[in-house]
Amino acid sequence: MTSREGFVPAINSSAAAGGFSNHKTYGVKYICASCAATFTLGKSESIRCKECGHRVIYKARTKRMVQFEAR
Amino acid sequence: MTKPENIVGIEYNRVTNVSAHDIPGYKLGEDYAWSLEKFEESFQINIQHLTEKEANFDLVNIDTSVANAFRRIMIAEVPSVAPETIFIFNNTSVISDEVLSHRIGLIPLKVDPDLLTWVDSNVEEDEGKFTDENTIVMSLNVSCTRNPDAPKDSQDPNELYRNSNVYSKDLKFEPQGRQLEMFKGNPVEPVFPNILLAKLRPGQEISLTAHCVLGTGSDHAKFSPVATASYRLMPVIQILKDVEGEDAKKFQKCFTPGVIGIDDDGKAFVKDARKDTVSREVLRHDEFKGKVKLGRDRSQFIFNVESVSAMSPEEIFFKSVRILKNKAEYLRNCPIGQV
Repeated sequence: MTSREGFVPAINSSAAAGGFSNHKTYGVKYICASCAATFTLGKSESIRCKECGHRVIYKARTKRMVQFEAR
Repeated sequence: MTKPENIVGIEYNRVTNVSAHDIPGYKLGEDYAWSLEKFEESFQINIQHLTEKEANFDLVNIDTSVANAFRRIMIAEVPSVAPETIFIFNNTSVISDEVLSHRIGLIPLKVDPDLLTWVDSNVEEDEGKFTDENTIVMSLNVSCTRNPDAPKDSQDPNELYRNSNVYSKDLKFEPQGRQLEMFKGNPVEPVFPNILLAKLRPGQEISLTAHCVLGTGSDHAKFSPVATASYRLMPVIQILKDVEGEDAKKFQKCFTPGVIGIDDDGKAFVKDARKDTVSREVLRHDEFKGKVKLGRDRSQFIFNVESVSAMSPEEIFFKSVRILKNKAEYLRNCPIGQV
C-alpha cells in the first residue's frame, strides 16, 4: 500500500514532530497547474513543473478505492 | 349511480360530508356489515388508459382505507433494484464523491426485481453478503480527452472534448457468476439513457463500480418503483338550474376544457366531469349562485400510476395487492388475540 501511495505516515513520532522523515517518497504524481502535465518529483528537486517551469503544482488524487453509500 | 351520501360537497369555502358512514349501526334498518359477497357484486375496475409506463384506472366501490393502502404500498413497499454501494477508484471531476454517489443511486435501472433475492443484512461483507443472486454490479469508467478533429474556432464543449458529459448510459453492466445466463436476453441498463451525471474536462476521469440491490421505498425513495402513484375522487358537477346563452360560455370557461359542453339550444351540460380539477372558479361568480353544485364521489377512485422501473404499472399495482394480502394474512395468523 505504502509504495503505491507514495505517502508514508511517520512511524517515529519524534521524527514527525521535527518535520523530518527518513522515508524517501518515490513515484508521487504531480500535475502542473499551468500546463496540466503530469510528472514525478524527487526529494531534493525544486517544486517546479518539468515541462514549463511553473511553480504551482497539484498532487494527483490517489487511486485507492473509497466506498460510499448511494444515499 | 352515485349515492348522494357518497358525494363530498365542495362549497366556496369548505368541504362537507367528508367521512364515510357505511358502518354498522349508523342508520336504522340499513345493514352496513361488510360482506365479501356484496363487495364482489359492487366492486369495479375500469381501465381508462394503459401504456408501457403509465396506467390510469378507476376503483369503484372500495373503501378509502383500502384504496389508500394500495397507493402507499405502491410507493413505499413494492421492492425494486437501485445502486446502494458505490466504490470509487478515481474521481477527478468537479463533482464530489458523495454527490456523485448519490446521483448514481437515484438512476432507475431496468432489472426485474423478481430475479434477485434480498441481501441479508446480518451477514458481514467479507463473509459473502453480496452474491450473484442478490447484487448487480455496474461500472462507470469515463475519462475526458481533447478532440483533435474539433473545428478551429469552436466554443462547444461537445465538439472540443470527448466524453465531456457523463450520462447514465455510460454505466455498464458487469455480469457476475450465473448472471451472464440469467440476464442473457435483457441486459441490465438504466431506464433512461440520457441522465446527466457529471461534466468533465480534459484530464479528468471517473472510475467506479456500483453494487445494486433490492430495497423498498420506505427505506429510500430511490427504491420506489413509481414516479407517482396517486388517486383522486371522481368530480361530480350537478347543474341545478339551466345556464344559457352568453352565461353558458362563461360557465364553460370556469371549468377545465372539455368538462362542460353546450348543446344546440345554447344550454350548458356536463360533458366529462372526470377531466375537472374542481377549481371552484364557478363558485366565485354571482350569476351562477345556486345554479351549480360541486362535489366529489367518495366511492370512485381515479388512480394514476407512473412506473419508472423495469416493471409495468399494472404489475406494480398487482404486487401492491399481493403485499396487502400478505399483510392481512400475517395479521390473521398473528398470535395477538389468539391467546
